[in-house]
Amino acid sequence: MATSMVNEIQLTKKDYKGRPSTLCQGCGHNSIASQIMAACFEMSIQPEELIKISGIGCSSKSPAYFMSRSFGFNGVHGRMPSLATGAIVANRSLKAIGISGDGDTASIGIGQFKHILRRNAPLVYIVENNGVYGLTKGQFSATADVGQELKYQGTNPFLPVDICMEAVASNCGFVARSFAGDPKQVKELIKAALVYKGTAVIDIISPCVTFNNRDESTKSYAWGRAHEDRLHDVTLVPLRNEIVVEYGPGEVLTVPMHDGSMLMLKKLGRKYDPADRVAALSLLEQARARQELVTGLIFYNPDQPSLQEVEDLIHVPLSQLPDELLRPAPETLEAIMADYR
Amino acid sequence: MKRERVGTAEKPSMVREPDQQIVNDFSIVVATVNGTGSQTANMALLRSLFRMGVPVNSRNLFPSNIQGLPTWFTIRASTREHFARSESTQILVLMNETTYEEDLAMLEPGSVCFYADHFEVEPKPPGVICYPMPVKDIVREASPPKQLRDYMTNMVYVGVIAEMLGIDLSEIQLALETHFQGNPKPVDLNMGIVDQAALWARENLTKEDPYVVRRDDKTRGKILIDGNTAAALGAIYGGLTFAAWYPITPASSLADGVLEYLPRLRRDPESDDATCAVIQAEDEISAIGMAIGAGWAGARAMTSTSGPGISLMAEFAGLAFFAEVPVVIWDVQRMGPSTGLPTRTSQGDILFVRFLGHGDTKQVMLLPGNMAECFEFGWRAFDIAERLQTPVFVLSDLDLGMNLWMSEPFTYPDEPMDRGKVLSAEDLDRIGEFARYRDVDGDGIPYRTLPGTNHPLAPWFARGTGHDESAFYSEDPEVWTRNIERLWRKMETAREYMPKPILRRGDTPEAVGIIVYGSTNPAVHEARHLLAEQGLPTDYLRIRAIPFTDEIETFIREHERIYVVEMNQDGQMRQLLQLEYPDQAVKLRSLTHNDGISLTGKWVADAVTAAEQN
Ligand SMILES: Cc1ncc(C[n+]2csc(CCOP(=O)(O)OP(=O)(O)O)c2C)c(N)n1
Ligand code: SF4
Ligand SMILES: [Mg+2]
Repeated sequence: MATSMVNEIQLTKKDYKGRPSTLCQGCGHNSIASQIMAACFEMSIQPEELIKISGIGCSSKSPAYFMSRSFGFNGVHGRMPSLATGAIVANRSLKAIGISGDGDTASIGIGQFKHILRRNAPLVYIVENNGVYGLTKGQFSATADVGQELKYQGTNPFLPVDICMEAVASNCGFVARSFAGDPKQVKELIKAALVYKGTAVIDIISPCVTFNNRDESTKSYAWGRAHEDRLHDVTLVPLRNEIVVEYGPGEVLTVPMHDGSMLMLKKLGRKYDPADRVAALSLLEQARARQELVTGLIFYNPDQPSLQEVEDLIHVPLSQLPDELLRPAPETLEAIMADYR
Repeated sequence: MKRERVGTAEKPSMVREPDQQIVNDFSIVVATVNGTGSQTANMALLRSLFRMGVPVNSRNLFPSNIQGLPTWFTIRASTREHFARSESTQILVLMNETTYEEDLAMLEPGSVCFYADHFEVEPKPPGVICYPMPVKDIVREASPPKQLRDYMTNMVYVGVIAEMLGIDLSEIQLALETHFQGNPKPVDLNMGIVDQAALWARENLTKEDPYVVRRDDKTRGKILIDGNTAAALGAIYGGLTFAAWYPITPASSLADGVLEYLPRLRRDPESDDATCAVIQAEDEISAIGMAIGAGWAGARAMTSTSGPGISLMAEFAGLAFFAEVPVVIWDVQRMGPSTGLPTRTSQGDILFVRFLGHGDTKQVMLLPGNMAECFEFGWRAFDIAERLQTPVFVLSDLDLGMNLWMSEPFTYPDEPMDRGKVLSAEDLDRIGEFARYRDVDGDGIPYRTLPGTNHPLAPWFARGTGHDESAFYSEDPEVWTRNIERLWRKMETAREYMPKPILRRGDTPEAVGIIVYGSTNPAVHEARHLLAEQGLPTDYLRIRAIPFTDEIETFIREHERIYVVEMNQDGQMRQLLQLEYPDQAVKLRSLTHNDGISLTGKWVADAVTAAEQN
């Protein structure tokens, strides 16, 4: 698509651009940022109505490098989910993308990660997973492979945390894994996550070219290219678009999204139903045992109510309520005072 | 048990000559065991006194435990409205066998003791007027349902005391109706025991003590309420739209109050949908994180906690200060460090909160000293936070938050909500430019836009990293310095928006001034009376906010000696004053006492006297 092309709200790709990236050349996080811009452009999202929230890390810096016309909040290490929760409850009309790293989510932030899933606050939760702390110069993170070798720290003796496994265990209703070296899939999963009504977790293997890109690392480009095993071919067909591609019978699984969009999962090698939680867990377990990078939509459950639904909130964003709805009338205070006499 | 009537039908309280009576002026201590329903009994006594027009307040001294440990409930009736803890107890109610020996030690000759008569050793303190209460017999006589029996035992002392002091049983009945929100069954059951006990006392006890209750009109129009409920109401009338919290004593009841009143006060009349969200977070880091996210997005956001929670909030508090996000944090202080004494009061977080956050941080603080201020600062905190775009900490404590204090009814906010410098899309169209951290007005307060403002100029990037006027990342030393200097300028502007101190002084200043803040105020109020009686007149200033305002400096300068009274080890407020007015530092003397039990007027008066003699 040429930059001059406009989307449904008459914006060009340029309107989705961020500040120049200061991350290392070739860092996986940069390619994810590109796919976020592409996804939002293609989904015709009004940039001012999207918020970008992050923790701390190279990954968490990247919201500055996409969509400058969106509001952003680069918070504190491991606490992106709480900031995001408050913001989207305060203004329910906002779309929200949260960017985190494997350190930010699986180490210091594992508690907030688990609890935002429990609440199911509407958020695209992207973990840019490189198995290392990039910004503090290459220490092991909680997703580092056991036996992983690092320049300064030697060999990692501990088993890794599996972000997707944790998400499924926490009843997350949208759990996906992807690979920064597979831009089209990253983009389509982000598009689908953007129309999911609760928290959508996408664990994206995003190689750190500076500290953890040796071919034997499961977080490296070479490994990803050699071991990626796509569950299916993902395409999100937005609400207003027609389904143009023809599929043969049984070739595709169509998943209706909350806003009426369709997620098309075209079968590749195997038969896989992302609605089956037990299947999702055993898939993740097998992938771990076989050291495969299984990508795609691993688990999907549209039924759990979102935080907005649970809170029974007024449809006008709380941040836009007029004063009359915020301050009860004087008579009410008098009546309450009478109760304390 | 004797059953025959004693003497005439005349009330025992009439036995003494009126000029020997002490009317509406005493302190009752009820020593019970927690988890036995004593709260119902104590509230019945307190409310009936209050509704008979007797000025009262109460303090609950309770253990960090759910059931089975000693608690002491104090009711102080005072015609002069002296509501500090009283050092002397005139009337003691002994219901707890395990502590009664220590409890008796608090009595002076001439005071009164009501005791449950089934203790192994009968309490016989010399010079104390003792009334036995056949608690078990009376309960048996009234025969409440077996499973409720233990919870109703305490109603016996309510009936006996009512009879002996002259509290109207009809007021006890009404108080129970209030307590049980009109539910007749528990009211009748409890009242059955009260009646039984009162009857027994009438028939079997002869009044020997001077303490009586007489109807008065000194509480007309007033209310009896706790500071956490007052704060919750204040927040709701302040337009609270987002609250996140994590349970902790003594702050939990603030969130409870919000949850209790929201359905009634804050639903959209058309849709019946909620206009405020409350989330119980997984910890205090998350609670403040959510509140900051909400404040950034345009909500009136709040969190409430106590010391341990404040510790966890430190990093986020610094972020909100630096990124300039409005948020309100209630710290209902308790005794620390660490878990400390979680059910005891203290003013130990003053210094910590003032500088909460690493690096150069100054936090705005409000210091309510009574119920009306807990309410007022409850709403005003949002106006200040949004005006200044900064966190506002409201420092209450257990004494204010969890005890019932007498108060004037709350005044409805007399100012419209101040949403601060927020630019809309139309404003941006008109102005044609926007830089988030530019000091356009020279007061250090920049303009902000809210996420979702649909204008290409509106978006900005909030961050804890160094940033220039446009909120872009910057490591430039000059940019950093300029920004911090603007923040400091903003903190100067903040003084304008702070509640002014309360002053009590004559036309010419006395030699001695006393500075106080928060819940220690009643002790100072009483101490000034005592000191005046002893020939030492004092001037008074109560601080209600930090940063300080000019009146505080003037007060310090015009007095020879200043005593700063507070409940912490090292005189934290005094240190803040010394930092602010270094040339006055030697004048500022610290009077502190910090053992978890609120100060008495006598302690303050004695401490001032002793210091004056030095
Ligand atoms: C409370 C706190 N502790 C430590 C740090 C230092 N720190 C900054 S980034 C980071 C790790 C980031 O790792 P990750 O989330 O994996 O992001 P990456 O840089 O790898 O993208 C750490 C430990 C911090 N900023 N805050
Ligand atoms: S250090 Fe690693 S994670 Fe950080 S920017 Fe460079 S490549 Fe990316
Ligand atoms: Mg990392």
